[in-house]
Amino acid sequence: MEKSNEVTLELLQKQVDMLTKKVGKLEKNRKDQLSMAVVSGDMDKILATMVISLAAAAMDTQVKLFFSFWSLSALRDPKKSPKGKDFISKMFGIMLPKSKNHLSLSNMNMAGMGPVMIKMLMKKKNVLSLDEMFKQAGELGIEITICEMSMDLMGFKKEEFIDYPHLRFAGAATFVADAGESAMQLFI
Amino acid sequence: MTTEELKNVKSNLTVDARGTACPGPLLAAKKAIGELESGEIMEILSADEGTKNDIPRWCEKVGHEYLGFYDEDSFSRLFLIKE
Repeated sequence: MEKSNEVTLELLQKQVDMLTKKVGKLEKNRKDQLSMAVVSGDMDKILATMVISLAAAAMDTQVKLFFSFWSLSALRDPKKSPKGKDFISKMFGIMLPKSKNHLSLSNMNMAGMGPVMIKMLMKKKNVLSLDEMFKQAGELGIEITICEMSMDLMGFKKEEFIDYPHLRFAGAATFVADAGESAMQLFI
Repeated sequence: MTTEELKNVKSNLTVDARGTACPGPLLAAKKAIGELESGEIMEILSADEGTKNDIPRWCEKVGHEYLGFYDEDSFSRLFLIKE
């Protein structure tokens, strides 16, 4: 009788250990974290990205932004002009927006009149400017990862991006790993 | 809490976020909450309509106790107790 009790206890202990491990894994899979893949370089979409990120960060959610393709324009610093670019890279650099303040709207762009109007309205309605939003994002610890592949593809250099406190460079696997742990994933 | 009760609430800190739209008031509240001790009351002034929904959701998530709001002429006063 005593022996069978011991066996049952041991079995229970094993099951508890297994469950603890599983719960730990599950918890890690659903971190209070927001991962966003930001591919668009439109002013409205970058605005949406920043507003949602700031709200999430203010609510103590860890925010990780993965910037790729057209969105890289929003991270360029117009004051920086890196040397050693080939012809095509230079052309890309000239044709793409020079900073977050040079982006176009996905709708009603009207040859640049749209963004001017939106900026005026934002000021009038007390909406934070993109510059201010990036500043706050830095203070709140929002992480920005630049996709190295699209950076190379479009001929951008690491030196031409903005000075942001939590900026890093990585590949798609970093996004997949971050997104896998996040309770929220968005693609913009 | 009813409006009458809220009007009698003595807040320990008032955050004036009337000059900023969504998500400005939330950011201002988040920044200022660190200045309070647990159990103290924060009052947020906001002219942004969405904030009336956002602040209670923030409290719910982070653990502060949301007391309610009442409207003034051109803005609202929102109250909460720090966790």
